[in-house]
Amino acid sequence: MRPDHHPSRKILLALLLALSLGALLTAAAFAQEPTPSDDEVNRVASQLYCPVCESTPLDVCPTQACAQWREVVRQKLAQGWTDEQIKTYFVELYGERVLATPPARGLNLLMYIAPPLGILFGVYLVWRTLRKRAPAAAAPVEAPPPADAATDEYVRRLEEELRKR
Amino acid sequence: MAANLGFGALCLAFLVSLYGAAAAVVGAARHSAAWVGSARRAMLLTFPLLTVSALSLLYLLANGNYEVRYVASVTSSSMPLYLRLTALWGGQAGSLFFWSWLMAAFASAVMLRKWDRDGEFLPWVILVALVTLAFFLGLSIVVENPFVRTWHLGSGRPFYAMFPPLGAQIFRPANGSGLNPLLRHPGMIIHPPMLYLGFVSFVIPYAYAIAALITGRTDDRWMRVTRRWTLVAWLFLSLGLLLGGRWAYDVLGWGGYWGWDPVEIAAFMPWLTGTAFLHSVMIQEKRGMFKQWNMVLIILTYALVIFGTFLTRSGVLTSVHAFARSAIGPLFLGFISITFLGSLGLLVYRWNALRSDVEMTSIFSREALFLLNNLLFMSILVACFSGVVYPILSEGLGIVGDMIPAWADVFTGQQKTVGPEYYENTTGPLFAGLLLLMGVAPLAAWRHSTAKTLGRAIWKPTLVSLAVPLLALLGGMRHWAALLGFWLAAFVVAVTVYEFWRAAWARHQLHGEALPLALWQLAGRNRRRYGGYIIHLGVVLMAIGILGIEIFQTQTQGTLAQGETLALGEYTITFERLNVFDTTDGRNVARATVSVRRDGDYLGELYPRRDYYYEAQQPVTMPGVRSTLEDDLYVVLVDWQPISTLGATFKVYHNPLVNWLWLGGLVFILGTMVAAWPDHDPELRRAAQRKSAPEAAQA
Repeated sequence: MRPDHHPSRKILLALLLALSLGALLTAAAFAQEPTPSDDEVNRVASQLYCPVCESTPLDVCPTQACAQWREVVRQKLAQGWTDEQIKTYFVELYGERVLATPPARGLNLLMYIAPPLGILFGVYLVWRTLRKRAPAAAAPVEAPPPADAATDEYVRRLEEELRKR
Repeated sequence: MAANLGFGALCLAFLVSLYGAAAAVVGAARHSAAWVGSARRAMLLTFPLLTVSALSLLYLLANGNYEVRYVASVTSSSMPLYLRLTALWGGQAGSLFFWSWLMAAFASAVMLRKWDRDGEFLPWVILVALVTLAFFLGLSIVVENPFVRTWHLGSGRPFYAMFPPLGAQIFRPANGSGLNPLLRHPGMIIHPPMLYLGFVSFVIPYAYAIAALITGRTDDRWMRVTRRWTLVAWLFLSLGLLLGGRWAYDVLGWGGYWGWDPVEIAAFMPWLTGTAFLHSVMIQEKRGMFKQWNMVLIILTYALVIFGTFLTRSGVLTSVHAFARSAIGPLFLGFISITFLGSLGLLVYRWNALRSDVEMTSIFSREALFLLNNLLFMSILVACFSGVVYPILSEGLGIVGDMIPAWADVFTGQQKTVGPEYYENTTGPLFAGLLLLMGVAPLAAWRHSTAKTLGRAIWKPTLVSLAVPLLALLGGMRHWAALLGFWLAAFVVAVTVYEFWRAAWARHQLHGEALPLALWQLAGRNRRRYGGYIIHLGVVLMAIGILGIEIFQTQTQGTLAQGETLALGEYTITFERLNVFDTTDGRNVARATVSVRRDGDYLGELYPRRDYYYEAQQPVTMPGVRSTLEDDLYVVLVDWQPISTLGATFKVYHNPLVNWLWLGGLVFILGTMVAAWPDHDPELRRAAQRKSAPEAAQA
């Protein structure tokens, strides 16, 4: 079992979270310090994902738990933490799943290498198909067409395209 | 009683499917019309059997038979009848069963067509359809049986089974837990059936493709027969995706319509390959090229349909461990692997027979541009597939780290999230490329297009369309991606309108038809072509909406006491009051009233609210939205104080142009209907002419 799955550690974390929240609320009630605005909190929260709900960014998650996490963000901002520090703090607590994009390291590099390789392979296939094309001699030599001929040519092409097979 | 009837019919349908699949193979092997006829009748029989099953389940849902576990999990006594009925697809077991029912309906409809001209396909189409159906029915019977009931064994926990263990009493809870409140929305009620219809109808062209591979009849007959099926499948899938987006916008309360959630992408991936297929088949029809590629596309589409159902139904997205606990995930994976590898094997077997008759003649020809279109669609698919699969892979590969401690740092088994940023960055340029092609390709001719001919066709619409970004630039817009996007949109509109105009004008000159009549006649001559152009216009309108909300969305949040205001751009909202009350259908509603002003002018009131569903113990955020063609003001009630006069927290989004997305969606659907509208099959018409000609001669 990996350490982050250890139940006692979870309880400890929850306790810490509760304590810090309690401290925060008390501080807010008594001190009335200027706190970071909701928009600042949301700016950081939008870069994080809710650690419990699936695929829900932290800034829009409606659950009570997420409201508490947003308060944690507010507290950290008030303490002068940077966005990166707050994100790292959440990653240490809940793992990389709280980040909106996996950071480019370790196994995550797959995510950065595989799609471009796949697309490049497609480009190669298309290039190979286009390269094999028949000699251009098949194309008729064009005389500069008079104005009417242009319309006639267009009508001919249109008729050809409209023809149902 | 109804549960037994429903389950019995379900089991019968399963047995009939297995029999039909076997009979089809025997019939094909022995060239026996009797066996194939029997298989066909088996296929036709599955639909009425499953209808009996569906009616039984609907009866149980409507009647509140909570002893049936599924009924208890998706309905409750406070739900109105229409919601109880639509709860048929509101949960896991019901959804899977509903999938099978629709599949049986579509496959039976295919059986009713005239088969004289392609009888050799018939047994194999039956085989593919029935094997797919039998797989889903098997899941319904063994793993996700919607008719399972709850039993009491004297003491202890309730026991779930179809039939009672010895000495057990049936246990009927007084009430069910009710449908997930998020799903009680018109968009969500129609969204799953549309998506499923799209999914199951893509099985039909796939079945024909496999039939063509097996029989070796590798001309494009299979494609021509299924052309309309493919369009109809695509129509439903598109409609499903659009409705899903609208539902997210209306109900989820995060100011957007598409969050690149894996569940959304699961439905988007078959749409991508399906769209590539719709374009690519035209090259095969006109030029006899890309036969192999079209096979690859339809096989991929089928695999992605099953894969999409697997992603959303196996719980694998929640956690790999949830996936491993239920038998449904491994069964799905097994089925996908077998069908995918089997199809690829057949394709390899017929690879040489599917070689192109001709070669590409010009890189500026329509077919070359269609090839680039396919490349872009496939690239978007690659990005989407990687984004969805990587988190699953990352978690699943934790097992390597567990086994080899030295690698534990790399294979951590951690869950990962791949959010919108990744998808937007990778697919954004690809979508822009698609818009550009949408403008250029209609102007290129089949076979012989040169840079010169293409340039001559393109310069006029290009010049006209450049006016749009220029005006935007003069108006103060400096965002380069937006300018590029709006230019591309204008370019496609200019080309499409120009194409309509040129053709109508030519008819007007040639036949002296009035212009509106000329347009009408033109569209009637080739509905697929002009339907396609209407679809392109719809896509452009949607692109305008997407550019507006993605690039220019602004938001703010604030806690207001009664009478205070919050400003966002030119808008201000004022918190007027908050009412909290209970409703008769089991909700606690907190409904705020805010007044909206723009530059000081009063515009009206909005009512953002939070509904708390007691039975489901779940809140639903309903935004208050003021919607115009110019922009949406989208107000969400985030939180409120117990004493409402103290204040409430609001989040306000300004979403410019987003309505064009829905408008474009309507045009898109309209275009697809024009393209798919049934007309007289030209071959049947010719046959009818041939038949009437001798009669006329005799007379």
